[in-house]
Amino acid sequence: MAAEEGKVDPMKQFTIEPLLGSDWQLADGFGIAFTNSALWMAITAVLVTVFVAGGMKRELVPGRWQMAVESMTGFIDDLLEANVGTAGRKYVPYIFTLFMFILFGNLLGLVPVGLIPSVHAFTFTSHFTVTGVLAIMSFSIVLIVGFAKHGLHFFSLFWPANTPAFLALPISLIELVSFMVRPFSLALRLFVAMMAGHVLLKVLASFVIAGGSGGIGTGIMVGVPSFVLMVAISALEILVAGIQAYVFALLTSLYINDAENLH
Amino acid sequence: MDATAAALLGAGLAAIGAGLAALGVGNVFASFLEGALRNPGAADSQQGRLFIGFAAAELLGLLAFVIAVLLIFR
Repeated sequence: MAAEEGKVDPMKQFTIEPLLGSDWQLADGFGIAFTNSALWMAITAVLVTVFVAGGMKRELVPGRWQMAVESMTGFIDDLLEANVGTAGRKYVPYIFTLFMFILFGNLLGLVPVGLIPSVHAFTFTSHFTVTGVLAIMSFSIVLIVGFAKHGLHFFSLFWPANTPAFLALPISLIELVSFMVRPFSLALRLFVAMMAGHVLLKVLASFVIAGGSGGIGTGIMVGVPSFVLMVAISALEILVAGIQAYVFALLTSLYINDAENLH
Repeated sequence: MDATAAALLGAGLAAIGAGLAALGVGNVFASFLEGALRNPGAADSQQGRLFIGFAAAELLGLLAFVIAVLLIFR
């Protein structure tokens, strides 16, 4: 599906390109490069650090910035308190980091830096490799905590309590499958939600361009409604960016709850 | 019908799945709102469950989208 001349290719925005030379070859076909994805992850990390460090003044009467940071940490604290209980407090740093990294990554991808020539916004959460690693980290924590705390008794997670054996056997198989699918569904949800939104925005953008260049008639009939829709979808995307970061943190805390408080 | 045409048709049919997931997501929020208006005091404590239901319903629509993308860019 190569883009034809003069058409907007909605998938081009996801291209990963090396920025500082691409010839650091480790082995045949395996190289290391500082890509645009890595650049945006670095920007996100710096911004999250600045945001959190700016609010860590520990004043008795918090200022605006400290209130903003404290509402974020308090939000994650409440989330873990509600889903895991008092044992969840030690996971606040991990879940908070995860939530902020995904949230800032999602939102930074929506910042219209493309207005500056030859600068392209890049949403690293729209790549399965990035979200996959995040999901594997969450899943590993669940496995490590589960096996370290309960030993082989952790496998009783799959066996429903007080259920006759002829029902428990198929249920435990289903539970096993649903447990193994967790990292995939976690990663897939974030990646597809971000990618679908950005593809939709670029498709609408191509409508605006094609409608505008078609003449005054198609410009008013097609271009203007598409542009209005684009603005509305952008607002929706900001909502989705927040919801997806929240859902990732929420589901991770639920999975940690399974490992921490085995039924 | 050649294979590419069939794949593109299949990708279009996958959009039905995305639309059905939209019904599901709408149902999740509608039911939550219905319950929340009956008992506003209990609504805040159930927000986590609301988003679990939303995530589960949404995932199936996103899977339909993945199928469509796999068919188009195969």
